[in-house]
Amino acid sequence: MLYAVLCYNDESVTSSWSKEEDDRVMRDLSVVQRKYAESGKLGPVARLVPTTAAATLRHSAGETIVIDGPFAETKEQLLGFYLIDCASLDEALDFARDLSNANPSTGSYEVRPLALYKPGELPS
Amino acid sequence: MTDTAWIDLALVSARPQAMGALLRYFRSLDLAEEAFQEACIRALKNWPRTGPPRDPAAWLIFVGRNSGIDRVRRQSRETALPPEELLSDLGDRESELADRLDGAHYRDDILRLLFVCSNPALPATQQIALALRIVSGLSVRQIARAFLVGEAAMEQRITRAKARVAAAGIPFETPDAADRAERLAAVATMIYLVFNEGYSAMNGPEGVSADLCDEAIRLSRLLLRLFPAEPEIMGLAALLLLQHSRARARFDAAGAVVLLEDQDRQLWNRPMITEALAMIDKAMRHRRPGPYQIQAAIAALHARASRPEETDWEEIDLLYQALERLQPSPVVTLNRAVAVSKREGPEAALAMIEPLGERLSGYFYYHGLRGGLLKRLGLACEARKAFNQAIALATNAAEAAYIRTQLDHLAAAPMPEPSFSSDCPGA
Repeated sequence: MLYAVLCYNDESVTSSWSKEEDDRVMRDLSVVQRKYAESGKLGPVARLVPTTAAATLRHSAGETIVIDGPFAETKEQLLGFYLIDCASLDEALDFARDLSNANPSTGSYEVRPLALYKPGELPS
Repeated sequence: MTDTAWIDLALVSARPQAMGALLRYFRSLDLAEEAFQEACIRALKNWPRTGPPRDPAAWLIFVGRNSGIDRVRRQSRETALPPEELLSDLGDRESELADRLDGAHYRDDILRLLFVCSNPALPATQQIALALRIVSGLSVRQIARAFLVGEAAMEQRITRAKARVAAAGIPFETPDAADRAERLAAVATMIYLVFNEGYSAMNGPEGVSADLCDEAIRLSRLLLRLFPAEPEIMGLAALLLLQHSRARARFDAAGAVVLLEDQDRQLWNRPMITEALAMIDKAMRHRRPGPYQIQAAIAALHARASRPEETDWEEIDLLYQALERLQPSPVVTLNRAVAVSKREGPEAALAMIEPLGERLSGYFYYHGLRGGLLKRLGLACEARKAFNQAIALATNAAEAAYIRTQLDHLAAAPMPEPSFSSDCPGA
């Protein structure tokens, strides 16, 4: 089954990382990614620009409006996501645990199965 | 990252909110600082054992507030009780704290904290030092290093700034829309000053100046999270990101300045550029242009050009004209002259900047640009004079090194045409 692993953290913390800290976390995470990529289980990997760059389109009462900022003001923000092919929830959680061990900051990984997946044709 | 580095990061990122709330409670920068300090000490003691609290800022406010109250009570046994109104909210029940935190309060708390450091009555250097101390939590030693002054001198500068802030009165009433806009503008200026301090001292002590740029960017993102629909704050954040994205390309191995058109664009920081371009796109939709947005848009045109030849100088010229209308200044005209020199040649640009000579006679970049234009016109002797004036005004080694290279080029170049020699009497 395909799972999305959604990465949440307080971006005011992650955007306070120094370049060295950021590079180190990215390097450690890429080791985990390689492991799953080599076994052919890893799908797209995405990191998002901070929510200060976000705009949200809201649709209500037949009208759309564009709001600056993320969909919701929350303590932790969606910072990136993975798609991964796993046999079970446990395996997907193992992947999330591997990521979490490679990433010293606090934060959460939400694991959610996909209902539909179209890989698209975007080159990386 | 070490095992306790997450605590430092949590304390740093919670600091503006916690300090802002403590300032509201205690109505004194010193009391708020002491209370926050005490809370940090307890966090360092407790968090390794208990793990991070769900809301670090709320934890720090709660603990800081209690320790601050204790301190005031202890002092009040020795001295007369301060008037009740000086200790606002001290009688509140603890349960109310959570409600207060959830409210829109925290936005104005942080804005107030930033605003007291941005008091236009304070000279720029005091604004920067105070913000770095109070909002960012840098040590006096770190700030002193950034400014290349002694620790005692910096301590004194900060104390003086705090006294001025206290004398001016910290505004505690909830701001109305007009007040808020005024405070935002002052804070944006202060953040820009912090960035500039780091940017212009980039060749100072290793790392310190880049830290100031990072800190300014962090503050601009913080401000944007608080006021997500303010196009000028988007412009400010985008401008700082774009300027800083070139940090690694700005100096060569010898430490000399590398001009924009000569920079290795591969060294530009792409994620920062991506973020900035997204912010500018958002800002433009508001159709309320302002100086930061325009400057960011100019920087964005450079960032979008993968080679210098692809730079849209026509658009840059137009944007500088818009900036001249909004914020007339000889420095803006000087910058526009660069675009004009690309579009119409050095002669037109030179004609444009000659009238600025009087007002910009003490400005390094005026003489540097003038020298460059004269050089392109083959007026080697005049160019040398201008470069010599520039080098005398250079504020750091990197600027001086750049001009020296220009002078070397002149010396290596063939003698100017005879028809030009009369331009340089006394040479």
